[in-house]
Amino acid sequence: METNYQACTFAYQPCAEQSAPRPGAGGHPVHPVVVIGAGPVGLATAIDLAQQGVPVVLLDDDCTLSTGSRAICFAKRTLEIFDRLGCGQRMVDKGVSWNVGKIFFDQELVYSFDLLPECGHGRPAFINLQQYYVEGYLVERAAELANLAIRWKHRVAGLTQDGDVVTLDVETPDGNYALQARYVVVADGARSPVRHAMGLESKGRVFHDRFLIADVKMAAPFPSERWFWFDPPFNRNQSVLVHRQPDNVWRIDFQLGWDADPELEKEPERVIPRIQALLGDGVEFALEWVSVYTFSCQRMDRFRHGRVLFAGDAAHRVSPFGARGANSGVQDAENLAWKLGLVLAGSAPDALLDSYASEREHAADENIRHSTRSTDFITPKTPVSRVFRDAVLTLARQHGFARQLVNSGRLSVPAVLHASPLNTPDAADEQGEAKFAGLMVPGTSCADAPVKVDGQAAWLLRQLGNQFTAMVFADAGALPAPALTALQTLACGQVRLAVLCVVPAGGGEMPGAPTGVRLFEDSEGLLARRYDGRPGTVYLLRPDQHVCARWRAFDAGQVQAALRRALGWQEDGAAGDERIAAATAEA
Amino acid sequence: MPLNTQPNLTRPDDFYEALIDMHRDLSDAQSQSANAQLILLLANHIGDLAILQEAMEFARAGVLARAVVQPATDPAAAA
Repeated sequence: METNYQACTFAYQPCAEQSAPRPGAGGHPVHPVVVIGAGPVGLATAIDLAQQGVPVVLLDDDCTLSTGSRAICFAKRTLEIFDRLGCGQRMVDKGVSWNVGKIFFDQELVYSFDLLPECGHGRPAFINLQQYYVEGYLVERAAELANLAIRWKHRVAGLTQDGDVVTLDVETPDGNYALQARYVVVADGARSPVRHAMGLESKGRVFHDRFLIADVKMAAPFPSERWFWFDPPFNRNQSVLVHRQPDNVWRIDFQLGWDADPELEKEPERVIPRIQALLGDGVEFALEWVSVYTFSCQRMDRFRHGRVLFAGDAAHRVSPFGARGANSGVQDAENLAWKLGLVLAGSAPDALLDSYASEREHAADENIRHSTRSTDFITPKTPVSRVFRDAVLTLARQHGFARQLVNSGRLSVPAVLHASPLNTPDAADEQGEAKFAGLMVPGTSCADAPVKVDGQAAWLLRQLGNQFTAMVFADAGALPAPALTALQTLACGQVRLAVLCVVPAGGGEMPGAPTGVRLFEDSEGLLARRYDGRPGTVYLLRPDQHVCARWRAFDAGQVQAALRRALGWQEDGAAGDERIAAATAEA
Repeated sequence: MPLNTQPNLTRPDDFYEALIDMHRDLSDAQSQSANAQLILLLANHIGDLAILQEAMEFARAGVLARAVVQPATDPAAAA
C-alpha cells in the first residue's frame, strides 16, 4: 500500500539544545549548517550536504508535506540532481514523463512541439509529479542519512550574526531555544518569514491577473502532453493549461483576469461548470484541490548576507509558466551544497560562497526575464499587445517562424553560467578561432550521453558529480597514460580529482590504464559529439556537473590553475603567480 | 548593416497600391491584425535584430515627433 503523502504528519521532537541554559552552553556544538525550510529546496540542500559528510540540521515550522499538488513539473536537470541525491528513479517511476506540448488558439491546434527531440539522454524533458510526492521521497531519502536531522515544528523566530556564528532563536511547542551554526541556508518559501525577520526584501513586478488551479481526478481522454489554449471557447479571452499528473489527476489552470473574486471562484459551484465546459458532457470527475493565485517576478538584491544564504522562492519568484520555480530552487540547492561542503572542510575559501550568490542571481535574472516575457504574451497588457499576440498565433498555424514567437512559457532549462568567476575561459587557437564546437562551454551543466562502464550500459550523468572530475578523451589502444597518472596525482589542498577516460565503443578493456582511472566506452559516439571531444581533449567538471574548463591537450599546470579558480582561490596561488610571471616577462 | 532608408523599392507605386489594397473591405480590427501579421512576416524576413530595432526607433520617434510639433515639409523628400 502506497503512503498517502498528503496525510503524512511528522512528530515534533525536542532536541538537546532545548535543555541548555544559553547558546553554546551544555556542550552543544555550533552546527556546521542549519537549513531552514523542509520544502524541495531545503531538503535537496540538506541531503546534498549530508551525502558529503556534513552534519545538517533541517528546521521546519510545520509537520506536514506540501498542501495540494503545487509545483508539478520537474525538469530534466532537476531529475539529474535527484539522481545524484539518490532518489531520481523513484520520482521518474511515479511521475508522468512528457516531452510533447500542444498549443491551441480558439478551437484549433496551432502546432505541437517536442522538448527533447534527440535521444541518448537518461531522463525525459519533464515529469509531472505532485509536490507532496517529491517532498515525501526526499524526506524518506533524508531519513537514510544518519547525519541529517529534520526538526519538525521548530520555527525560526529570529536570527543574529556575530563573527563566525549565526544564532537562531527557534520557537517550539516547548518554548524557545537558541541554535548556533556556522552557516544558515534559508529556503522557507516565497513569503520567507526569516527574510522578513532580517528586514530584507524581494523586489520586482507584481502581475495583475488571477489564475485558478483545479486538480481533478478522472479517467480522461487526454494524452501525457502539455496542452495550452489561448482564448478557447470555454474560457473566452483567457488562457487554459492542462497537465497530467500521476494517480489520474489532471491539473487544469484557468486564467481568470484581475477582476475575478478569488474567494468566489474557489467555490465548487463556480469551478465545476468551468471544468465541464472544458471536458464536454458526460465526463465524470472529482475535485481534488482548488486554489486561486496571483504571481509576481521578483528577487532579493543579494542571495548572500554574511553567513546566511537564501535559496529557492525565498530568494526569487517567477510566474508558474515555464516551471522555473521549484526547478531553479533545486538548482540553487545543488550549486550551494558542494561549495558549503568544501568551505566547511577548509578546502576552499569562504569567498567561494560569493560565487553561489553571483551564479544563482544570474540564473534568477534569466528565469525572471523568461517568465516575464511569457506573462506578457499570455496576458497582453495593452490592446496593441493583444493584436500582435493574436497575429503571432494566427501566423503560427502555417508558418514556422511564428511558432518561435509563441510563448506559453519557456520551459525550464538550466542557466548557462557564462560569466562565472569559477570558469576558466576557452583559449583560442593560433588563428584566434574557438577550439571547441557545440554547447559545452564553461559554465554549462553537462549534457548526458549513453556510456558503457565495465561492459554495462550506463548514463554519463549518473557517473559524475559530488567531486571534481577530469574527463579525458582518448583513442582506443592509445591511452594517454602519463596524462592520466598526472591527473590522478593532481590535488588542490584536500580536493582530489576523479579521473575518467572516454574511449570509443569497443575500447572498454584497456590494459595499462592506471589504477583508479575509470574507463567509459562512448557506446554510441554521442559523448564525443556532444562535448566535441577528440583524443587528448580534457574537460574539468565541477561537483555539480558543470563544465568549468577544457583543453585540447593535457597540461598539469593549467588543470591545477583551473581547479584552484573553480575553488574560489582566484586572487592568489598558481593563477596569480602565472599572472605575475607574465607581467614580469613583459616588463 | 544599418537600416536602408534610401529608395529601395523596385516598384514603389505598385507597392503602395498593394499595401492599401491589402486592407480592402477589412474592418478596423481586421486591418490592425493584417498590419501586425505583415510586420511579423517582414521582421522575420529581415531577421537581424539591430536593423529591426533601428526601424522601430524610427517609427516610434516619428509618432512622438508628430505629437509635439507639426510636421515640417522636408525639401529632400519633395525633390
